[in-house]
Amino acid sequence: MAILSLVEAVRQALFEEMEVDASVIVLGEDVGVHGGVFRATDGLQKQFGENRVIDTPLAELGIAGVAIGAAMNGLRPVAEIQFADYIHPAYDQIVNEAAKIRYRSNGTFSCPVVFRAPFGAGVHGGLYHSQSVEALFFHVPGLKIVIPSTPFDCKGLLKSAIRDDDPVLFFEHKKSYRRLRGEVPEEDYVIPLGKADLKRPGRDLSIITYGVGVHLALEASERLAAEGIDVEILDLRTLLPLDTDAIKSSVARTSKVLILHEDNKTGGIGAEVAALIAEECFEELDGPIVRLAAADTHIPYAPTLEEAILPNADDVFIAARRLAEY
Amino acid sequence: MVPARRKTPVPVEEAVRPRGSNGVVTHRPVHVELGLSPERMLEMFEVMLLARIIDERQWILNRQGREAFHISCQGHEGSGVGSAFALDLGRDVMVPYYRSLAAVLAFGVTPLEAFLSALARADDPMSGGRQMPAHYGLARARILTSGSSVATQIPHATGAALASKIRGDGGVSIVYFGDGASSKGDFHEGLNFAAIHKLPAIFVCENNHYAISVPASKQMAVRSVADRAVGYGMFGASVDGTDPLAVYRSVKEAADRARAGEGPTLIESNVVRLTPHSSDDDDRRYRPESEREEDRQKDPVHVFGEYLRTHNLLTTAAEAALRRRIQKTVAEALVQAEAAAAPLAETAFDHVYAGLRVPDFRAAREH
Repeated sequence: MAILSLVEAVRQALFEEMEVDASVIVLGEDVGVHGGVFRATDGLQKQFGENRVIDTPLAELGIAGVAIGAAMNGLRPVAEIQFADYIHPAYDQIVNEAAKIRYRSNGTFSCPVVFRAPFGAGVHGGLYHSQSVEALFFHVPGLKIVIPSTPFDCKGLLKSAIRDDDPVLFFEHKKSYRRLRGEVPEEDYVIPLGKADLKRPGRDLSIITYGVGVHLALEASERLAAEGIDVEILDLRTLLPLDTDAIKSSVARTSKVLILHEDNKTGGIGAEVAALIAEECFEELDGPIVRLAAADTHIPYAPTLEEAILPNADDVFIAARRLAEY
Repeated sequence: MVPARRKTPVPVEEAVRPRGSNGVVTHRPVHVELGLSPERMLEMFEVMLLARIIDERQWILNRQGREAFHISCQGHEGSGVGSAFALDLGRDVMVPYYRSLAAVLAFGVTPLEAFLSALARADDPMSGGRQMPAHYGLARARILTSGSSVATQIPHATGAALASKIRGDGGVSIVYFGDGASSKGDFHEGLNFAAIHKLPAIFVCENNHYAISVPASKQMAVRSVADRAVGYGMFGASVDGTDPLAVYRSVKEAADRARAGEGPTLIESNVVRLTPHSSDDDDRRYRPESEREEDRQKDPVHVFGEYLRTHNLLTTAAEAALRRRIQKTVAEALVQAEAAAAPLAETAFDHVYAGLRVPDFRAAREH
């Protein structure tokens, strides 16, 4: 089986879906001739032509709005926002239009657009090349939000997202683009949206996380195992709709929960997961629900500053050990 | 003081009139020049009148408390009908806004459907009672669903035109919006994209010179929205939007250019707003009576009726008969719509996502 990086998995998924479905198009800044600033769309224009792989003007609202209109007229656009930090001008189009098209038309129109965007910190990107924006969309009915943590998941989830009949925000952690490599089957396969994945079974506590959090948790889990603490790692993969059954089963198995994400803490995904557990799994709990997340700051550029505000594997180790001892 | 309005549309070049063998100009009527048959002309008038009569009925329903909100098409009928009649209903896509009643009727919405939507009934084909009145959209008629945000629909037309271009289906997308919408970024980004890729799109700004109370002079420093076309590298035209034939001509030319691969057109259709912004507005607070009276003189339904009578296409008796027929159709549609059922409460949880009902918390109310 081929070993691919995360960005190569993105490219392979796009390539395969464009090949089998002529209604799939790719549009965004620099996605054509250049192949994308992270090379995610490299070679696509050469293969599928300028009509289907479109270099757009530098205008995110327009990219989103045009993709939505094309979707209502029969296409399945994959719109790339070059950095998640620049998705905000498209917020109105995504939240007021894409998310509401099915509902407001009583199911007579749909909006099968995938909005892809690299996101996340740890690459010295400063305030405007590091943001996590998932929580800003998490509150919006009608949207789906997917964050893959491995190349294998990435290919299968992106293919599902493209085939999905609803708008999907597909966020790819840019620090993982090249550093993260893994086995990816060359054949066609899909991973269903809305299903979390148990990345590591364990007895003592559950770490519920997604994206790079999965890798911080895996790293910490080995040190924890050495101390006799056996953690379970649940990778949410799809944030919206949330796989509430998987969360509840995990809590039932371990009775202790550490929720981990790189996005800042207040009003983040962890708040919803914690509330869900408090409401529906109160009797199962043997300790406080703990959240580990970035500080409620912006993402600073200098390494000393950036490292200070982001959770790392040591933080996960410490938080998990403390919770295990509770 | 009320800011001065721009009254005069930028003149459209008059078509060269043919000359007879003796060199004398033969004054062919405009509709003949445009190739519009008498039957087609009467169809246009009928749809304009239908839109007016439905609209007037909706004001009454609103004042009687039977329709919570109304936003009017009155004054925009010539623009909506003239433009829609210039298009191909079999393949073109319409992206409407809230003053597009006449345009959507011309594209195939029925009076019953208009009332089912206005009264938010279960069988409302636009939204199943989910949206406020005048939020048009009908998949069957290739009319895209529209929301309330101003100008967001403009890039949708660009996208729909992109899809037509990629498929090569020969379709043109037309989008309507008001003068206020021309100030938003969606306008700029939608037009720029369409011009770059020479997409088959027609952008119709129905300029009624007011965005609620803000006059066009506070909306833009240019004399015409169409002046902006040059900034995008597309064709622009400013027409008298109260004259359906002027709008027809302009949209027909735009559609021909679009189908020939020559790209989009921005049309400023200068219309009049014969009512307050909406049923919740009182335009006497910001418009002098003299100005409103001046607008009434340009009422497109009256002006077009006059044209038809002048050219012997319509007699006073025939017009009266037509009005009676439409009144009857509208009255029957309204009776049927009012008798139709309200949406079932449980449908509120449908269609957030495909094939998935969101959780219904109402069971908790019973305990």
